[in-house]
Amino acid sequence: MKANFKYNIIWLSLMVVGFILMNTLILVGIIDSFLENMLVVIGINIILALGLNLVVGFSGQFSLGHAGFMAIGAYATAIITSEHPNTLNFYLSIIVGIIIAIIAAIIVGVPTLRLHGDYLAIATMGAAEIIRIIINNLKITNGPSGMFNIPKFASWPVVYVMVCITTIIIANFVHSRAGRAIKSVREDEIAAESLGIKTTFWKLAAFVLGAATAAVAGSLDASYLQTITPNNFGIMESISILIIVVLGGIGSLTGTFVAAIVLGVIDTALQSFGPLRMVIYSLALILIMVFKPTGLLGRYEISLPRIFARKKEAKS
Amino acid sequence: MLQIKNLVVNYGAIQAVKDVSLNINTGEIVALIGANGAGKTTIVKTISGLLKPTSGSILYEQKNLQQKKAPEIVAAGIAQVPEGRHIFAGLSVAENLQMGAFLRRNRKSITDSLQEVYQRFPILKQRQNQDAATLSGGEQQMLAMARALMSQPKLLLLDEPSMGLAPIFIQEIFDIVQAIQKQGTTVLLIEQNARQALAIANRAYVLAAGHVTISGTGQELLANPAVQKAYLGG
Repeated sequence: MKANFKYNIIWLSLMVVGFILMNTLILVGIIDSFLENMLVVIGINIILALGLNLVVGFSGQFSLGHAGFMAIGAYATAIITSEHPNTLNFYLSIIVGIIIAIIAAIIVGVPTLRLHGDYLAIATMGAAEIIRIIINNLKITNGPSGMFNIPKFASWPVVYVMVCITTIIIANFVHSRAGRAIKSVREDEIAAESLGIKTTFWKLAAFVLGAATAAVAGSLDASYLQTITPNNFGIMESISILIIVVLGGIGSLTGTFVAAIVLGVIDTALQSFGPLRMVIYSLALILIMVFKPTGLLGRYEISLPRIFARKKEAKS
Repeated sequence: MLQIKNLVVNYGAIQAVKDVSLNINTGEIVALIGANGAGKTTIVKTISGLLKPTSGSILYEQKNLQQKKAPEIVAAGIAQVPEGRHIFAGLSVAENLQMGAFLRRNRKSITDSLQEVYQRFPILKQRQNQDAATLSGGEQQMLAMARALMSQPKLLLLDEPSMGLAPIFIQEIFDIVQAIQKQGTTVLLIEQNARQALAIANRAYVLAAGHVTISGTGQELLANPAVQKAYLGG
């Protein structure tokens, strides 16, 4: 516990340094609004993919419904901040989104997490569609035409802080007793059960935490883009989050960061290519998967304990 | 320590265990032998709470087990080494062992158990940071047993520990089972390798088609002509 605390403090300081560095670059003008926009999109994608990696990579439950939970967060923020636009309500709306997403994840998870593999993927996909169709038919969400002129509270600094908080929460979860439990369920459910691990409970815990982070990302997304429609949260959105997870390495948080950044940069760099952009983008994905099927980093993680251990070895 | 009375277990419409009664006394090695499909694994899974009995009772230290769930049964001191090892292939050896102590909260005593386990299985200490998938079959079986011991069981259920192992490892596994008994853990040993199981067992039951057909001490069963004919190759 003490050791974990130490590493958390180090990570936190690194994050503060990164924050200062980024903001200096923005002030100096090296990062212009175009690049800042790219950074926000990357940040939101990191939050989404970290949550999905927890579900798919660490607990081994193949979910295709991440966009559904994102939609819940997005609409919570859109509705609340449109009515009463102030900063406090923006943060309140994030919390409301998280709570509704958690409830939805429990309702979806209890019956579907008994399923495995493809069946679970289809069931979660269906659940996300149900969420989308409900939103499509409600009055308060303004139906299929969506919501616009949502007040903008999510700026680059807010997104950065949220990325840091999500990373710290998920990294600690993964390295805790709970994290070992969900990994053991991924590896072998029979063995986990025979050791007294409540497999359904831990699968649900990972699923719910993943849904909560998706809701946060949705809130940021709605507030930053200021326009949302139910169609933003269809199956394609779930798949693009999954692409980040798979590309970075299923079960590697570091990989998720790398993949989200790489894809974000490729996407931005290709914007001048017009329709050809999707072709090049897909080609890049295919090439990476052919030459590195486990994703860019496999299950590799940057780990402070290991770096320190190596330094000690080098000294002695 | 464990009394099973008139146990019946069904898989849907199929009756796998029909009216089985058996006793395990503290400190014993009890062997359960029988052919494929006799119901041996079903009994083990029912004791550890992974299956629910249709009828009959399981008394463990004078307490009824059938209403309890698997985590409570593990916490009460019954650990199972499942058939086919079922190690966590993608986790390191050390993480596998930590999972065995999942229900224990005292970090200090968990560390002590880990040292004990490493003493008994030095090969696991050498490989503690390796993925469990990279171990050989015999080492994986040792890991599965060591992992079960990490829960500090009073009763250890071993389901086919010698299955698929090289002869040299089989002997080692049986030596380890005896060593575990010497340290005061009671063992229920499920085996197809009847000769070696009977040789180290205090008492044994022969299971056929869901019934106990013969029971007695290990030596008695080794000498029993019916057992010799059916399970020891004449």
